[in-house]
Amino acid sequence: MTATIPLWEVFIRPRNGLAHKHVGSLHAADEVMALQSARDVYTRRGEGNSIWVVPSAAITASDPDQTAENFEPTADKIYRHPTFYEIPEDVGHM
Amino acid sequence: MYSQGLIGADGRTEETPEFLARFQKRIDAEEKIEPKDEMPEGYRRTLIRQIGQHAHSEIVGMLPEGNWITRAPSLRRKAALLAKVQDEGGHGLYLYSAAETLGVSREEMTEELLSGKAKYSSIFNYPTLSWADMGTIGWLVDGAAIMNQIPLCRCSFGPYARAMIRVCKEESFHQRQGYEIVMTLAQGTPEQKAMAQDSLNRWWWPSLMMFGPHDADSQHSDQSMAWKIKRFTNDELRQKFIDATVPQAEYLGLTIPDPDLKWNEDKGGYDHGPIDWDEFWRVVKGHGPMAKDRIKARKKAWDDGAWVREAALAHAEKRRARKIAAE
Amino acid sequence: MAVWEALLELADDHLVLGHRISEWCGHAPMLEEDLAMPNMGLDLIGTARTLYDHAGKLEGKGRSEDDLAYLRDEREYRNCLLVERPNEDFAHTMLRQFYFAAFMRPYWLAALNSTDETVRGVAGKAEKEMAYHIRHAGEWVIRLGDGTEESAARMRDAVEALHIYVDELFDSSDAARDAEAAGVLPVRADLRATWERTVSEVFAEALLEQPKAAYAQRGGRQGIHNETLGHLLAEMQVVHRAHPGARW
Repeated sequence: MTATIPLWEVFIRPRNGLAHKHVGSLHAADEVMALQSARDVYTRRGEGNSIWVVPSAAITASDPDQTAENFEPTADKIYRHPTFYEIPEDVGHM
Repeated sequence: MYSQGLIGADGRTEETPEFLARFQKRIDAEEKIEPKDEMPEGYRRTLIRQIGQHAHSEIVGMLPEGNWITRAPSLRRKAALLAKVQDEGGHGLYLYSAAETLGVSREEMTEELLSGKAKYSSIFNYPTLSWADMGTIGWLVDGAAIMNQIPLCRCSFGPYARAMIRVCKEESFHQRQGYEIVMTLAQGTPEQKAMAQDSLNRWWWPSLMMFGPHDADSQHSDQSMAWKIKRFTNDELRQKFIDATVPQAEYLGLTIPDPDLKWNEDKGGYDHGPIDWDEFWRVVKGHGPMAKDRIKARKKAWDDGAWVREAALAHAEKRRARKIAAE
Repeated sequence: MAVWEALLELADDHLVLGHRISEWCGHAPMLEEDLAMPNMGLDLIGTARTLYDHAGKLEGKGRSEDDLAYLRDEREYRNCLLVERPNEDFAHTMLRQFYFAAFMRPYWLAALNSTDETVRGVAGKAEKEMAYHIRHAGEWVIRLGDGTEESAARMRDAVEALHIYVDELFDSSDAARDAEAAGVLPVRADLRATWERTVSEVFAEALLEQPKAAYAQRGGRQGIHNETLGHLLAEMQVVHRAHPGARW
């Protein structure tokens, strides 16, 4: 068997003003066909007005084994949130 | 569209009891499992098999309905059917993608389908013999599939659940499309009504079989339930389907081909006659009337398409080389 | 000759090609194309429906879109020969689509100025659809033409086989000439230069050459078809005709 056709991740922007969001993946030999296939597969019901395709192999992902060390240390930094600070009500909305 | 009852969880694992308990705790807390998370090998294998079967069912499921696109009796129906069969292809694609997150390629899954190693829903091994079958398949087969699929939107494996949400959203027009076809026939000429009744007669029992064997005979069902890959038993879903469908048939003035079918006040649902499990197992084991033809058609499409896929790859390679040369 | 008959020619082109494309459904070379081809088929069938409906109204004899699609024989069908050619393989199918779209895109762009409101409406929708068909089918022509040895050979076969049906695209029947004179439809012959430019750009990338057709095949507009159309219509019309007067 010959080489397999690469996998691409597809991101769609539903409308202007919103960010592109991951919607799924597909197979295509090159970036032109990947974009066309993304249009044909993922926008059949008016789901968006802009498409990004990225080779799945190009994505670098964080390691689930490092989830705790990556994301838990932030939990006790409550001074990063506005409710940490006490301002008298008389001052008004801030 | 798949035979939920055929898919049992693969409970064989090498993991420690502590690891399994930790995993089960996450499942019980309704946490979603994502592809790179640690998971028991049995959970991974079960999902690959189940999502693969589900994807194959969508792809093989294109064939019985595809059989009537070129003969659809009005342009409105032709467009709707073409769009519907296209959707099935899309659903297969979403599902293959979900399985691919677990480290199995679409090519590997396709080869398993073509070699007969992987299963798909038996319902598609019955022939479509009249235009009415396009209605009945949408109404009953998609109806049964929806019963199966809605709980899967809450499946514990994230990519599968996300694919199913998309599938269910798109599928909502399929059943209505089918019911409208049957309704038009049932209210049409005597010949059209007879066509609808004949179609219901042929598809009713296979549709009930789509939910799989009775709970008592369903292998490994408990493990799938515990892992929240599956959320209702085969019999629960079958009952829901019958209760929803009987009034729809009555509205059409069509007769469900089961003399034992009657309302049971105590359970608040219908009792039905015995299902022919010999036929069920015969079809599951690959002796359905269209089984050989279906795989032959898929194999032909795959083999005939090989030169196209090779050309696409060869061209992509040339493009890359030219781009590098130009830089 | 009447304008409705010219619309019928156009509608037949779209329905017959849409039907051909739909024959692929479930059998494409890769799953992504099983999504792409129905999209093209649905565009074509959608346009055919609007045109049949409009033609029926202009004719004024109460014929519906389905009457026109399902109750005419091959001698009454007025599509050009290109669209009825069998799918053969993916190379033939993509080239046929590309040739047709390369013609219809400038056709619909010109029809945006039609004196007929319905035609203007169809044109506004269809010119975008055809632009996409040119891109999708054109990209495949390029990939197959400049892919492997086998794909290039198949692409050259397709060019050889389909080229003799190109000239007919630019012919105007009596009905079409009347519609052109009335400003309802664009003059077909005027679109040749644009078509040539579109095709030569793609062919250059695809490493393909346009042969000179020694003899162009014509006849579709007079209902003189290839033998393939009768089979296509027999299949398409069988259920509808078996139940005269039934609703579907």
